[in-house]
Amino acid sequence: MPRDMHRLEGEDSQPYPAAFGSPRLAFRAGARQAFGVPAVVLGASFLGFGALVHQAGLTLWHGLFSTVTAWALPGQIAFLELYTVGASLFLIGMAVALVNARLLPMTITLMPLLRAEGMPRWAYYFAAYWIAVTAWVAAMRICPHLPPPERLPYFTAMSLTLWSITLGTTAAGFLLAGSVPAYVTLGLVFLNPIYFMLVFAAEVRSRPRVLALLLGAVIGPPLYLVTADWSLLITGLVAGSLAFLVAKTGGHA
Amino acid sequence: MPDQSVLWPFVAMIVAALATYVWRVLGVALSGRIDPEGPLFEWVACVTYALLAGLIARMIVLPIGPLAETALGARLAAAAIALAIFFLTRRNIGLGVGAGAGALVLLTWASSA
Repeated sequence: MPRDMHRLEGEDSQPYPAAFGSPRLAFRAGARQAFGVPAVVLGASFLGFGALVHQAGLTLWHGLFSTVTAWALPGQIAFLELYTVGASLFLIGMAVALVNARLLPMTITLMPLLRAEGMPRWAYYFAAYWIAVTAWVAAMRICPHLPPPERLPYFTAMSLTLWSITLGTTAAGFLLAGSVPAYVTLGLVFLNPIYFMLVFAAEVRSRPRVLALLLGAVIGPPLYLVTADWSLLITGLVAGSLAFLVAKTGGHA
Repeated sequence: MPDQSVLWPFVAMIVAALATYVWRVLGVALSGRIDPEGPLFEWVACVTYALLAGLIARMIVLPIGPLAETALGARLAAAAIALAIFFLTRRNIGLGVGAGAGALVLLTWASSA
């Protein structure tokens, strides 16, 4: 297939080196690439979630319902903690919203990459249901190298595949709760932060964004000791703005 | 008393799901109004990466759940090993992740044995 077909107006000098050839092929590739490290890491994390659901005294159906409807692990774990202590609906809603607020800037950052001409608006609201860190990281990396019509299918297929896998491991974690040695659980839980640390080390190149990562990693943990609830938002706003300003003024100097 | 009902957890989960999806919907709605080439967009991207880095660092340094029972030194050493293996293997993420998680399991096991 000639590369020229994948060029955007005004971007003639930029071919798309990772093009799969068609939206359908991109959909298949997204599903295929979900298997591998992303599936292992996210699957393992939801094994842990399934076990937590068991500990909280809920049923398997509750665990699956949570993974189907929310699918953003930190919020699901916050829900379990609040549910266990008998928090009110209002408190649960507020706390989960606070934990998951990162999804807003993540969605804003990803959406321009997914846009393609002729795609109906509802398709984006539909796909956004599955925005979560793992597929976000993959899409942020691959999509700039894909022709626009292939991007949304790639992201959607990868997300749907990961979602199905996590449903399976939520159930497995629930059923295996208590029968897995503690040190294995430790390793599984640790996969998640280590994976994202390496993905960012591997992928992020632009100077302001690298600076944002470093500053966020430095001020995040101490801020958490000061205010556990608000530390994430403050970290993002303070470290992100600082990185943005430093890189901007540095560029003009 | 709603707390006694079988349906109560489902009701609470629907509220939690709405509190999650609302950010995604808002993100799609707002993204149409922000120029992806402009400075506002780059600022939002910086905030996103800082926020995620803060979250990941917190999960390693001050974890909640089962990881909280491991030693801070063991977690930092395991993270350093993961980074070292990653760079030594020409940025192989799978090997780095495996080495880091394996190192934490071994260090924790060694210190408890």
